[in-house]
Amino acid sequence: MKVGDRVPVPEQSPEERIKNFNEVALGYTAELAMEEAKRCLKCPRPFCVEGCPVHIKIPEFIKLIAEGDFVGAYKKIMEDDLLPAITGRVCPQEEQCEGKCVLTKIGKPINIGKLERFVADYVRENNLEEIPKVPEWNGKKVAIIGSGPTGLTAAGDLVRMGYKVTIFEALHELGGVLIYGIPEFRLPKAVVRYEIDKLKQMGVEFKTNVVVGKTVTIDELLEEYDAVYIGTGAGTPNLLRIPGINLNNIYSANEFLTRVNLMKAFKFPEYDTPVKKGKKAAIIGGGNVAMDAARTALRLGYEVIVLYRRTYEYMTAREEEIIHAIDEGVKFEFLVSPIEFLGDENGNVKGVKLIRNELGEPDASGRRRPVPIPGSEFVVEADLVVIAIGQKPNKILYQELPDLKVNRWGGIIVDERQRTSMRGVFAGGDAVRGEATVILAMGDGREAAKAIDEYIRTGKWPEQVCS
Amino acid sequence: MFRIVRKETLSEKIKLIEIEAPLIARKAKAGQFVILRLHEKGERIPLTLHKWDPEKGTITLVFQEVGKTTTELGTYEAGDVLADVVGPLGKPTEIERYGKVIVVGGGVGVAIAYAVAKAMKKAGNHVTSIIGFRSKDLVMLEDDMREVSHELIVCTDDGSYGRKGFVTEALKDLLDERRYDLVFAVGPVIMMKFVSKITAEHGVKTIVSLNPIMVDGTGMCGACRVTVGGEVKFACVDGPDFDGHQVDYDELMRRLSMYVEEEKLALERYLRNREVNA
Ligand SMILES: Cc1cc2nc3c(=O)[nH]c(=O)nc-3n(C[C@H](O)[C@H](O)[C@H](O)COP(=O)(O)OP(=O)(O)OC[C@H]3O[C@@H](n4cnc5c(N)ncnc54)[C@H](O)[C@@H]3O)c2cc1C
Ligand SMILES: Cc1cc2nc3c(=O)[nH]c(=O)nc-3n(C[C@H](O)[C@H](O)[C@H](O)COP(=O)(O)OP(=O)(O)OC[C@H]3O[C@@H](n4cnc5c(N)ncnc54)[C@H](O)[C@@H]3O)c2cc1C
Ligand code: SF4
Ligand code: SF4
Ligand code: FES
Repeated sequence: MKVGDRVPVPEQSPEERIKNFNEVALGYTAELAMEEAKRCLKCPRPFCVEGCPVHIKIPEFIKLIAEGDFVGAYKKIMEDDLLPAITGRVCPQEEQCEGKCVLTKIGKPINIGKLERFVADYVRENNLEEIPKVPEWNGKKVAIIGSGPTGLTAAGDLVRMGYKVTIFEALHELGGVLIYGIPEFRLPKAVVRYEIDKLKQMGVEFKTNVVVGKTVTIDELLEEYDAVYIGTGAGTPNLLRIPGINLNNIYSANEFLTRVNLMKAFKFPEYDTPVKKGKKAAIIGGGNVAMDAARTALRLGYEVIVLYRRTYEYMTAREEEIIHAIDEGVKFEFLVSPIEFLGDENGNVKGVKLIRNELGEPDASGRRRPVPIPGSEFVVEADLVVIAIGQKPNKILYQELPDLKVNRWGGIIVDERQRTSMRGVFAGGDAVRGEATVILAMGDGREAAKAIDEYIRTGKWPEQVCS
Repeated sequence: MFRIVRKETLSEKIKLIEIEAPLIARKAKAGQFVILRLHEKGERIPLTLHKWDPEKGTITLVFQEVGKTTTELGTYEAGDVLADVVGPLGKPTEIERYGKVIVVGGGVGVAIAYAVAKAMKKAGNHVTSIIGFRSKDLVMLEDDMREVSHELIVCTDDGSYGRKGFVTEALKDLLDERRYDLVFAVGPVIMMKFVSKITAEHGVKTIVSLNPIMVDGTGMCGACRVTVGGEVKFACVDGPDFDGHQVDYDELMRRLSMYVEEEKLALERYLRNREVNA
């Protein structure tokens, strides 16, 4: 084998997998993982580590895998990343660790994500993990709002520093987007539940069905807890402001994925929540959320087309998901923008009117802006439309909280230590960044845990956090 | 754990349950709702708060059996436990001292009207309530309504009890007679639509409580979107109360019928299974 060749990852075949919701990538076996690990050059100055937002000691853990010490490799990863079974599956590796690997210059980079996933799966499936010892309670309490990756990470760190931690979650299930958004075929829910169970065993207390801002307020939490961490995510969907948006069978991606993933509508009527089943689905967007919606619709039996306003290269989804979608038979129409939804006499959507774009000057994000071409309108037929054009922070928490400063689009303003404008209140993850990534949310959680610890120990809070 | 402590049958298809939910009972305000889930396979459905008791830590809901979930909930008895109850959700009804207020409730909506009438009366308003049912055997909460209203008009469509005809006719007569400062209406969409039409003609401010299909109830999914004054709103966080004169009722009715086939299938399957198991 040349150094350029990656050890392939076993997968369910496309024909098979579009009929089920089971995980697509089956993951490395121990032999395959060791083989892939042996390709690593153990660079003295490893660029891969620079590419990882939490700087996992990649060459070191890969070396341990090559030596067959999987538990050792797991421990090495856990020094920087508490949820490797999850990041190994969902990080945009091609832009981060793997994108920086020197081997990209001569071939394919080391499959860091799949190796990370392998060790985490190996340890979990073989029950090799010891639940970390928790020190005696230091007498202080921290409340965390939201059970997504940022809240879970902060909880894991704080509980190991001796704090009593309670996580409040609005939904009836724990895990945030990891549970209600990202589908089973990409991230098995058992993986997320395992991590949550581990935290429970470490003494973290979870309270579901509590909407902070409604059921209890932050001010009330501050009376009982020494600090509060907000990890409420970016849960409010953006919708298109075009005619026909409220026609029946037009869903936000959040609604569509929540019905299917969280409420198990794919098992309707065994489960009570329905989801529309029809023939042709049009998905609007080009990110991970759009890919998840497209592949979910495919598994419900739809013929699926993704409508994206820029070109293939500009799609923000993980590369692996785009490839999987193509292999599964999802069609794409690039350089198009919806201008109207068309309905039938019953008010059900029957098509999307689109206009073609060309790429113009780069916009603020550096990506070339789509510019509509007059007179190029055409219609794509669809009896299901899913809108996946982004999300913003959910304001339910701070509808009546003037003291908490937020920016123009509702993101909570924090300083470099995740401190908000309210004393003792910290925030991170998508609630601050807008729609970002799991690993960045986790990084914020870790940073917040350190800052919370310091604040509680010293009582120091800056005069003014943010102007 | 959300244990049912009391259950009552108010009329053939309408039941009342009192549930242990201390956190919600502490915060509840008139016009707010909860979302509940019966069990692991259940869907999330919204029900409005009828009464609440912060000391006892309970909330009371009144629901009509219309489909699978509400029919199944109808079989739950005191001592049974619901998997999830979350709330109080939505903005509370704006309770102020308006002056003379009419509260209109139709069918199961009367349970919601009760909470609003009570709060309006307490805030110093003169409250006239109009409640309507199809026939005499469906009349419910009459005594409760009388207690929280200065005047009460009970209507039945067929005239078998109280005044004959729709609530809208009684409303029109009141508005023709004198000036009122506010009308609050809750009930079937078609009723709210016609109430709003009449009050618009009389130029009286009107609040309606909308009941679109919901999933999370926290502004996360957009299932509950309604058009109000030409703008898309999420009823669970922007409402459920809206200016009755601005609501697109036809769209709401159409969106409410989105899952009729699925709902029928689910109910039939449930009733069949229940029979087999009995
Ligand atoms: C469909 C989809 C696919 C994605 N795919 C990827 C991917 O492949 N890779 C990747 O890196 N990222 C992906 N992302 C983005 C990633 O999931 C998020 O960046 C990440 O989950 C943010 O974590 P968080 O902890 O900040 O918030 P979330 O995961 O959003 O969790 C927030 C939690 O807070 C709860 N909450 C909100 N308000 C309240 C309140 N008032 N009271 C109590 N609880 C509250 C919510 O119910 C939720 O459970 C995807 C996102 C979506 C939607
Ligand atoms: C804010 C709000 C408050 C409500 N308060 C009450 C109340 O106090 N008492 C009461 O009896 N009913 C109330 N409803 C309506 C109640 O939620 C529905 O009747 C119930 O969800 C029907 O569920 P089902 O499975 O029994 O019927 P289905 O067979 O599923 O549906 C029957 C009818 O209920 C509507 N419906 C179905 N699912 C939902 C859903 N998830 N959310 C809303 N409507 C749905 C459908 O449009 C249909 O017309 C309220 C609705 C809202 C939005
Ligand atoms: S956490 Fe993500 S970026 Fe970092 S090494 Fe793992 S897969 Fe790569
Ligand atoms: S850059 Fe690539 S080859 Fe070098 S240490 Fe990192 S993973 Fe191994
Ligand atoms: S019910 Fe989901 S946003 Fe209102």
